[in-house]
Amino acid sequence: MSPARHRELHPLAWWLWAVGLAVAASRTTNPLLLVLVIAVAAYVVAARRPVGAWAGGFRAYLILGLVVIGIRTVFHVVFGGGLGETVLFRLPQIGLPEWAAGVRFGGAVSAEGLLSALYDGLRLATLLICVGAAVTLADPRRLLRTLPGALYELGLIVVVAVSLAPQLVEAALRVRRARALRGTAQRGLRAVRSIAMPVLAMALDRAVALAAAMDARGYGRTGDVPAAARRLTSGLLLVGLLGISLGAYGLLDTSVPGVVGLPSLLVGVLGAVAGLALGSRRAIRTRYRAEHMDPRSAAVAASGLAAAVCLVVTSLTDLAVAFPSTYPVAVPQLALLPVMGLVSALIPAIAAPAPIPTAAVATRREPVGAASR
Amino acid sequence: MISFEQVSVRYADAPTDALRDVDLTIPAGELCLVVGRTGAGKSTLLGAASGHVPHFTGGRLSGRVTVGGRDTREHLPRDLADVVGVVGQSPLAGFVTDNVEDELAFAMESLGLSRPVMRRRVEETLDLLGLADLRGRALAQLSAGQQQRVAIGAALTSHPQVLVLDEPTSALDPGAAEDVLAALHRLVHDLGITVLLSEHRLERVVQYADTVLALPGGGAAPRYGVPGVVLADSPIAPPVVHLGRLAGWSPLPVSVRDARRQAGALRSTLSSRRLRRGEGVGAPTSPPRPPVPATAPVLRAERVTAGYRGAAPVLTDLGLTLAPGQVVALMGRNGAGKTTLLWTLQGSRKPVRGTVRVSGQQPGQLDPAQRRSQVALVPQEPSDLLYLDTVAEECAQADREASRPAGTIAALLAELSPGILGDTDPRDLSEGQRLCLVLAIQLAAEPAVLLLDEPTRGLDYLAKERLSAALRRLAGRGVAVLFATHDVEFVAGAAERVLVLAGGEFITDGPTAQVVLSSPTYAPQVAKILAPDAWLTVEDVARALRVSA
Repeated sequence: MSPARHRELHPLAWWLWAVGLAVAASRTTNPLLLVLVIAVAAYVVAARRPVGAWAGGFRAYLILGLVVIGIRTVFHVVFGGGLGETVLFRLPQIGLPEWAAGVRFGGAVSAEGLLSALYDGLRLATLLICVGAAVTLADPRRLLRTLPGALYELGLIVVVAVSLAPQLVEAALRVRRARALRGTAQRGLRAVRSIAMPVLAMALDRAVALAAAMDARGYGRTGDVPAAARRLTSGLLLVGLLGISLGAYGLLDTSVPGVVGLPSLLVGVLGAVAGLALGSRRAIRTRYRAEHMDPRSAAVAASGLAAAVCLVVTSLTDLAVAFPSTYPVAVPQLALLPVMGLVSALIPAIAAPAPIPTAAVATRREPVGAASR
Repeated sequence: MISFEQVSVRYADAPTDALRDVDLTIPAGELCLVVGRTGAGKSTLLGAASGHVPHFTGGRLSGRVTVGGRDTREHLPRDLADVVGVVGQSPLAGFVTDNVEDELAFAMESLGLSRPVMRRRVEETLDLLGLADLRGRALAQLSAGQQQRVAIGAALTSHPQVLVLDEPTSALDPGAAEDVLAALHRLVHDLGITVLLSEHRLERVVQYADTVLALPGGGAAPRYGVPGVVLADSPIAPPVVHLGRLAGWSPLPVSVRDARRQAGALRSTLSSRRLRRGEGVGAPTSPPRPPVPATAPVLRAERVTAGYRGAAPVLTDLGLTLAPGQVVALMGRNGAGKTTLLWTLQGSRKPVRGTVRVSGQQPGQLDPAQRRSQVALVPQEPSDLLYLDTVAEECAQADREASRPAGTIAALLAELSPGILGDTDPRDLSEGQRLCLVLAIQLAAEPAVLLLDEPTRGLDYLAKERLSAALRRLAGRGVAVLFATHDVEFVAGAAERVLVLAGGEFITDGPTAQVVLSSPTYAPQVAKILAPDAWLTVEDVARALRVSA
């Protein structure tokens, strides 16, 4: 195994860390804490970002976060929230017919409502940025190797589909530049059509080419399994899926009696595990490289989980900090516990191995699609 | 090893067979080169050998194809993966993982080999293809030649008996192509692998081939045999074969080395006739191309530095002038900055420093419509410019864009590539036809400078000849033409001046004969055969023989 490889973390470690941060973010609307989450994620990404195809994406997630906040705010202003005394401004209100009661269009916009929309948007953006950090730090393709054999092929399709997105953006940029060569500045729907057509055709061609290449290399081979075993696998997986859905619903919806939740979740998990185990016997695929959970990886994962635990505790015990009041408007406060938790999520910036320096990798960047063929 | 029994293939909705009555057996350990014009069925034949056709492409295959004893009718491509390895034209499009080692292991993982076996085979393959230094690297950061070698390695690790390669060197510069072919040559010799290979640029590969399978297309029966025999009367042949036919050599040589041993008589004939005409031996004998008029340059680039944010500049302090009516070739390794230079000259890419002027104006400061009336660029993927459903619609749209009378572009297209029907979908055109369509669209605004980025990729010899003639006609009308390419034979036939780009600078700039003769990498076959005399193309030799006869 090459030295460079040895130094990499278990891909699940990054994902557990990011999920921990996301759980933490989901348990608060306090903008100070949310900004702290984003700062922690951004710092760790900046410190430990690997060099490679996925590395440039974090900025896109930050921009996407801003867009989410914007959309959430605009929706609030337009469909709005009248509640609250401090009216900032009024939009012309459009009277809606009787059947649309409960939906407002325009009208007064209050500071309280606006603030609560902003908090909400910020929380959503933070969740997205956590996902972005995970995608940037741990190549989703490596995560694949930790999937059980039965899920491998499904997972590969998802990963390939995900990796098509940046290629589509690149192709769209290339086509737009090429189109400018024709000298027309097309706008609106025509421009969309004229760029989307070749880009989609290209994406389809690429997908087919990749599928053919994978097929030629034995992807999708299956061992010989009797039909009865195959049916049993499908049945178990179906039971598992139903059980997990039903159980999750029962646990989350307080109006459903508790007896439904936990037992069906358990049955579901058992069914799924059995189905996957049986299904994995059918997959003949082997793994070239085993992923090990080493102490560093464990530390990274644990730091994310610590952040989650601290914020879950805060959200249960210290409502004023976790959910600062917007009605009436109160200044958001900080407390030691959540801040400590989030700061501990900075541990990976030290614990994780440093990325391979860029200088070691030849900088080959071909302009305008030359590298995309 | 591979046997075709009365194989015909017809795709859905196709009026004719893509392949007809192919009946042959390729023995084990042979390197068989598949030649033919674009659309003659080369890819179909290769696909049939790997099970890709018809399992993946659809269509109807009659007859029987067996590979290593397995019938492709009963075996899906994935079930043939341990017998046939497949390498495509564009390695990046087929990569599943993101680094070299994992990519090499992917096929073995699919086959369910044990980890010790995989570890051993990955090491062997890294050594075999000279990839050991690259093992942990990200695939996207390798050069094109390295990527293609990884793709070959990835196909090899499952220890197939047959390797099928569809134009594996078409995107590579001459040096990288040599590396890939040398690796292939070694596989055939050391491992006894049977190789089925298609390639347009025969001059690169035919000397490695044991046999040639020529697909004439149009329903005629394919021909199969040793290269010298099959290529003797094939219209698709490398320059060495054309020269051999001209000189009447027998047996017909297919490699430069064989040809040189027979060329003594031709060499002395040529030099004695030249002496009689009062020319010195070894003087550049390029055909009487029109002398460059001593007019002011139409394009002048001064101290141009260009690059990408956060990286070292790709081009540093470049100076370049183009005279009207000049045809200039731009050469250099993959990634040397040829594409960057073209886009900078065109004006879409802003240089970090320096100026580009075309007829006194800076194209970068014009709006796109004015810019294209000064400089036209045909990009590497010509199809990026096309988006309508038929050729006629594209032509009409281009008329409007360039404010030309209706029918101008259609007429231009008919001149560049006769016989394209107006109701064809541009995606169904051959590579050469599509290039001509885009060329016609780009010429609509009557630019003073025409830039082309790798125009010969995917073109067969006849399409290249047509392109070369079209460029010369344009130059005759005073257009300055600059094209980037890896194709040394095309350069020898089409360009009068060659620029070589390396390390961000022009390391060479001079008349074609002088540049290509001084470098073994860039010398065309005819020059290598008739060295030390300076001859570039078969036409040059033929003309000299005619003139003095």
